[in-house]
Amino acid sequence: MSFPRVLAVAKKEVVQILRDSRSLLIVVIMPVTLMLLFGYGVSLDLKGLPVYVYDQDGNQQSQDLLKRFQNSEYFKVVSVVDGYPAMTRALDDGRAKMGIVIPWDFSQRLRDGGPVQVQALVDASDDNTANVLIGYAQAVVQGYSAEIQLNWLRERGQSVQPAPVSIETRTWYNEDLESSAFIIPGVLALVMSVIGAFLTSLTIAREWERGSMEQLISTPVSAMEIMLGKLTPYFILGMFDVLVCAVIAIYWFHVPFRGSALTLLFSSALFLVVVLSLGFFISVVAKNQFAASQIALLITFLPAFLLSGFLFSIEQMPIALQWITRIFPARYYVSLLKQVFLKGTPTALLYADLIPLAVFALVLALLATRSFHKRLE
Amino acid sequence: MPEPEYSVAVENLVKRFGDFVAVNQLNLKVRKGEVFGFLGPNGAGKSTTIRMLCGLLKPTSGHALVAGYDVARKPEAVRQNIGYMSQKFSLYNDLKVIENIRLFAGLYSVPSKDLQGRIEWALAMANLKGQENLITGTLPGGWKQRLALGCAVLHKPPIIFLDEPTSGVDPISRRQFWDLIHQMAEEGVTVFVTTHYMEEAEYCNRLALIFRGKMVALGTPSELKRDSMKGELLLIECEPLGKAVEALQSAPDVMDAAVFGNALHLVVLDVATAIPRMWKYLADQGIAIGRIEKIRPSLEDVFVSLTAAREAGQEYKV
Repeated sequence: MSFPRVLAVAKKEVVQILRDSRSLLIVVIMPVTLMLLFGYGVSLDLKGLPVYVYDQDGNQQSQDLLKRFQNSEYFKVVSVVDGYPAMTRALDDGRAKMGIVIPWDFSQRLRDGGPVQVQALVDASDDNTANVLIGYAQAVVQGYSAEIQLNWLRERGQSVQPAPVSIETRTWYNEDLESSAFIIPGVLALVMSVIGAFLTSLTIAREWERGSMEQLISTPVSAMEIMLGKLTPYFILGMFDVLVCAVIAIYWFHVPFRGSALTLLFSSALFLVVVLSLGFFISVVAKNQFAASQIALLITFLPAFLLSGFLFSIEQMPIALQWITRIFPARYYVSLLKQVFLKGTPTALLYADLIPLAVFALVLALLATRSFHKRLE
Repeated sequence: MPEPEYSVAVENLVKRFGDFVAVNQLNLKVRKGEVFGFLGPNGAGKSTTIRMLCGLLKPTSGHALVAGYDVARKPEAVRQNIGYMSQKFSLYNDLKVIENIRLFAGLYSVPSKDLQGRIEWALAMANLKGQENLITGTLPGGWKQRLALGCAVLHKPPIIFLDEPTSGVDPISRRQFWDLIHQMAEEGVTVFVTTHYMEEAEYCNRLALIFRGKMVALGTPSELKRDSMKGELLLIECEPLGKAVEALQSAPDVMDAAVFGNALHLVVLDVATAIPRMWKYLADQGIAIGRIEKIRPSLEDVFVSLTAAREAGQEYKV
């Protein structure tokens, strides 16, 4: 192994990256864009859902109930209509997620002490949102009912304790229940996949396509030296992007950072070795920029997106799928990221993720070295 | 290691890609300081051979020693001793001239005390002094080729392999390129060069004609022209050419007839008897004849006659 030769290859690679606006764009703009996209654009929180109201009664009591909806942060009464057709149209074209209809005899029946039903029309095209909405609506109405019952009893001179049993919650790790705190750390896995696998698979396949690889391997430079020289600049860029993303996460999105910076850097370095090796291996096998980059995205970016617990919790996946996630290194990296940001788990407890990640890094790095020969066949 | 007798020694070299035999039982020896040409049409197996000699392809069978090292077993030792220019321009187009030179100096481990001198030398040779900071991709073809040659010999290798180094280069640049090659040969460098340009082949000390993976002739250009043709060559000036060539292809005694410029080249077994017969034959066909005379064959004639014989399935000793 000759260090000057590795350096010669690495220098050339750096000059090429700096001179190619596309790769610079990917290195600098892509991490920031992804951070902002997922920080602002993707929210799993349901807040301020648009509600249409059709109040047939129009009495003091129906107004009380509607005020409760209005005051809940989950709903926003955007319009009061005076008939079903207007409400149906609003639900049809998505202006409303829910329509509340209060019957004409609402206050009358309440005065009589009889049961009364309030109608909720829910857009269930997204079943998840619909379920959450129904839950919230029930909570609002139950709160209102409980108050009426209490008042009724009090009026009859009975002393009652409001809500005999209640639950007192403490939310740990993500105290404000912000989904952005859950999502943002995982964005790092996406960024690393693009830098590591996508970008490197392109640069190496390009050498095969343009014929420069043939010239390169006709010199005394060894296969290992070519690999190290080509991958080191991307490793450094990847680590740079880790810092960029961490700074955005912590100072812009105020995601808590409770673990150690060292753990973050070490696990990111391991994951980078994984994706760089994969990118290198793919491009050696494919030898074609288009095929290599597509395969790279398919086996790194996509699993990092779908099967890593980044957006979709692994515990809630079907058992078979949970097992499948284990063969994708992104799963361990995302888990490490969430712990290092939100939980600050001591390093000893992180071994469950660090060890598999390290094994992947080692095996894939070996595979990459083995796959590359200084021959044209 | 003692200096090997030959710079390149090839014995029964075979390369097969599946069912296709790209190089078939090749035998040749190249002496130190020789400019050795490898002449043949596209697809004849020239690049495949040169790639095997550079250790880039593994021979299917047979042996090849380059600088005394077996290309299959010691490809790294071979690479220390060679410079290689592939057929396709393969320096980095997005690097500056000087960046390409520095890259290859680094890859060939040119010692730092020699570095500046070698860079100057390469720039002077490629005629690129003062143009160090140009982006390589913007250079004209001839300059690119000279730069590629400069990069391939930064480490002063004893043997250089050039695969069609002048394809797509204008005639003046081609001429300059060959001057460089001869300069290096005079300094004792062995040059192994492939080409499909006949006029370039004349610049070589020795030539191997290769066709469909097989060597069909080997010798100096003049030896080839003197000895390799079966039959003798006649030049016929006549009108109309098209009709004449058609008539002659089926004429008795004629082995081959082809249009060369505004005349015909005719391969016949014996000139003395053929000339009077041709006069008569063509006149009978109503063709106007200017002159008929015996000429010395060019390399192209030799090549055409040898490959035509192969095509027809005849084999004869050279």
